[in-house]
Amino acid sequence: MTTKIRRQIRNEDYEDPLTSKHRFSAAKLETKNLRARFGKVEVLRGINLRFPENSVTAIMGPSGCGKTTLIRCLNRIHELTPGAKVEGEVILDGINIYSPKVDPVAIRKRIGMVFQKPNPFPTMSIFDNTVAGLKLNGVRDKKKIVASAEKSLRMAFLWDEVKDDLKKPGTALSGGQQQRLCIARALAVEPEIILMDEPCSALDPVATAKVEESIVALKKDFTIIIVTHNMQQAARISDFTAFMYLGQLIEFGETSEVFEKPENELTEKYITGKFG
Amino acid sequence: MTKSNLSANVSLQRKIVNVLMTILVLVAVVLALVPLILILGDVFVKGAPAMSLDFLINRPTAPNLPGGGIAPAIEGSFVMVGLATLISIPIGVGAGIFFSEWSTSKLSTVSGFMNDVLTGFPTMVIGLFVFILIVLTTKTYSAFAGGVALSFIMTPIIARTTSESLKLVPTTLREASMALGIPRWKTILRIVLGTGKNGLLTGILLAIARASGETAPLLFTAATSTLFIKNLMQPTASITILIYYYALSSVPSWISQAWGAALLLIIIMLSLNLFVKLVIGRSLTEARME
Repeated sequence: MTTKIRRQIRNEDYEDPLTSKHRFSAAKLETKNLRARFGKVEVLRGINLRFPENSVTAIMGPSGCGKTTLIRCLNRIHELTPGAKVEGEVILDGINIYSPKVDPVAIRKRIGMVFQKPNPFPTMSIFDNTVAGLKLNGVRDKKKIVASAEKSLRMAFLWDEVKDDLKKPGTALSGGQQQRLCIARALAVEPEIILMDEPCSALDPVATAKVEESIVALKKDFTIIIVTHNMQQAARISDFTAFMYLGQLIEFGETSEVFEKPENELTEKYITGKFG
Repeated sequence: MTKSNLSANVSLQRKIVNVLMTILVLVAVVLALVPLILILGDVFVKGAPAMSLDFLINRPTAPNLPGGGIAPAIEGSFVMVGLATLISIPIGVGAGIFFSEWSTSKLSTVSGFMNDVLTGFPTMVIGLFVFILIVLTTKTYSAFAGGVALSFIMTPIIARTTSESLKLVPTTLREASMALGIPRWKTILRIVLGTGKNGLLTGILLAIARASGETAPLLFTAATSTLFIKNLMQPTASITILIYYYALSSVPSWISQAWGAALLLIIIMLSLNLFVKLVIGRSLTEARME
């Protein structure tokens, strides 16, 4: 069933990720015994995960299982919250991003993020929102900025809808458009990995379909890690699925396998809707 | 007991209470507004005749000679409030950023509390403090000392309004910016300050309005003068001090000019407040509507 839906979303140059390269592709990002806390509460209790390159990995689990905290640890945003602490390693292309020598600002340029609620900068136009990351990081080359804005908006499937209104405020768009604007904004910085924290939870089904469409198209160039508690969404767009419960990783595997023959009883119960 | 009986009883009692409370509230409103209207009306009636071009652009003349004005005082007030604004904006905005963006640090909590104490500090004490600090050291009353004294009043107001308006900027915007690999200092300067700038501007204008109406801090620092400003290190007139001296004098033309100066001061303060309410207030609501 999942494959069928995927075929519907994709265009002709469809390549089944499950049968070809992904099974053997290298891990782009890897966590080793990752633990996170808020004050005294331990939210992540030792996560070991490998995120394969150029694929979509969905992180599923009931509310409060730590999935949002997990991806917030992957670009070192978690530590910005007062009282938040992280232990363990997150390895990006062989380098532990929590090593004291690593600059978190540089890491965040390589690992972009899209948040649960669309959060365009309210004082900026659509254009300025898209290239905010470039401009504020000191890029002055106007041609490059304009080109990047168009490219990013196209990749986020938003260009055709906004190309005549680039000067309008970003907040004037609909919720779904705002979320795709946020995706474009993350893309403009040219990251290698994009983290998405329930990017469709505030959107209606039509807007969700458009965001999903752009996610599937993006994995050609990016490694995508998406948190969702919508199981249909995980099935539709992801190549790999991780199931978390109470701060622990319960199961990880190719999406079709996790959904069709889950190894763990908890995963099966969650997928069949017996809890969560 | 039927339904209609029940509602009839309640509605009678409720109507009486309702009418009584409405009257009480209206009386309170009238009591609060009457003094304000009386002051405004009185100042307008007595101050308007003094208003003229001469009044605004001329130096004071000897008692009861016609054509004298309060231009040096207007100039002095503008210069000293301007100087105070220049000092207060960087310090106040900087402190406000610290209170809001480092709100979990102990130093921030303690200094925030001190800032609030300073906001309500007796202005006379501030005037005396600056008198000792600057007037005694430089051995002259000056616009510089006056400006510094006014900045003691403006800075804590700006710091507090800055921190309050920056706290209203959603955390998600800071995170969105940081997640783009934008360093924290740039996130604060461009995203957080940019989003909260209307609140900042409101705070700065209200602080200017407050400083324009202050008398006590200038009494021992700028003193007064009948001359235009040649440099910042000489005694300098201001509208408020001029009102103080003219109103206490026995010269009819000066007393009339004191009323005129009071009217001018009220007009300046009212327009600052109205500007904040109408222009910035409207753009704030528009931002929220979007």
